[in-house]
Amino acid sequence: MADPIHQFQISKIYTLGTIGGHEIAFTNSALFMGLAVTGIAALMVGATASRSLVPGRFQSLAEMSYEFVADMIRSTAGPDGMRFFPFVFSLFMFILFLNMLGMFPLGGFTVTSHIVITAALALLVFLTVIIYGLWHNGLRFFKLFVPSGIPIVIMPLIVLIEIMSFISRPISHSVRLFANMLAGHITLKVFAGFIVMLGAYGIGGWIGAILPLALTVALTALELLVAFLQAYVFAILTCIYLNDAVHPGH
Amino acid sequence: MDPIAAKYIGAGIACIGMGGAGVGVGAIFGHYLAAALRNPSAAQSQFGNLIFGFAVTEALGIFSLLIALLLLFAL
Repeated sequence: MADPIHQFQISKIYTLGTIGGHEIAFTNSALFMGLAVTGIAALMVGATASRSLVPGRFQSLAEMSYEFVADMIRSTAGPDGMRFFPFVFSLFMFILFLNMLGMFPLGGFTVTSHIVITAALALLVFLTVIIYGLWHNGLRFFKLFVPSGIPIVIMPLIVLIEIMSFISRPISHSVRLFANMLAGHITLKVFAGFIVMLGAYGIGGWIGAILPLALTVALTALELLVAFLQAYVFAILTCIYLNDAVHPGH
Repeated sequence: MDPIAAKYIGAGIACIGMGGAGVGVGAIFGHYLAAALRNPSAAQSQFGNLIFGFAVTEALGIFSLLIALLLLFAL
């Protein structure tokens, strides 16, 4: 059976040179990140270049994505959170485009199925929350770990739990996106492998292969939903975490 | 025990965790449906919360599936 892990291999396209014995190369991962950024820029700039009062197709797409992210921030972090709109919007569109580009069969590469990418994005959010929270609120930021209305006896325990849950945020934030993309794509490839394996058994195998083929189609539809949903979940968790930086204390 | 056999047994055991995620996703959709039938007018406004809860719960099942798949194919 074809190796279902093979699709996640990073391959060199063009070697740029070496720094300290490490090869620096333009990889397929970098290519797909570049494609995503180009796609987003083309969509947003191209759609708003000729603005009209009654929006066309592309302009409504751009306006819908703006409204979608703006509503998400307003409902979770309040109007004060809107200063983070460019950050959250870039994160959401970047992850959405990377996930969707990964859904292309034949050579599609899912950049977000690598933990190094999602961990970098999650750490970016985590450090933004800490640095902005301390800069904006000073020491009041630590009220985040001290919920109000808790009896003083169990306070040390609660503070400990709050700190632990705060520290584990970037882990769950990054692993959620990475694991969803990785496991989803492996499942697709495993089911697609069943079709090929059954096809080798002649006519009886072809009839038996109908079920895995139908399942693969259904799973592809589910994966498209998951690709959007995980970008949405990543963005909304970012908003919830940023809310702690803007309004610390429960 | 043969390490290869232990690997496959481990992959099987890891998949048990997906059952918990199944219970969780069922509870989310079941409670949403029950609440939506009681108050259909408020149902639409909570659809975003439903999808968010589904994605967060489903991710936990994906974590155990990931361990199983890594045991089978990557390690």
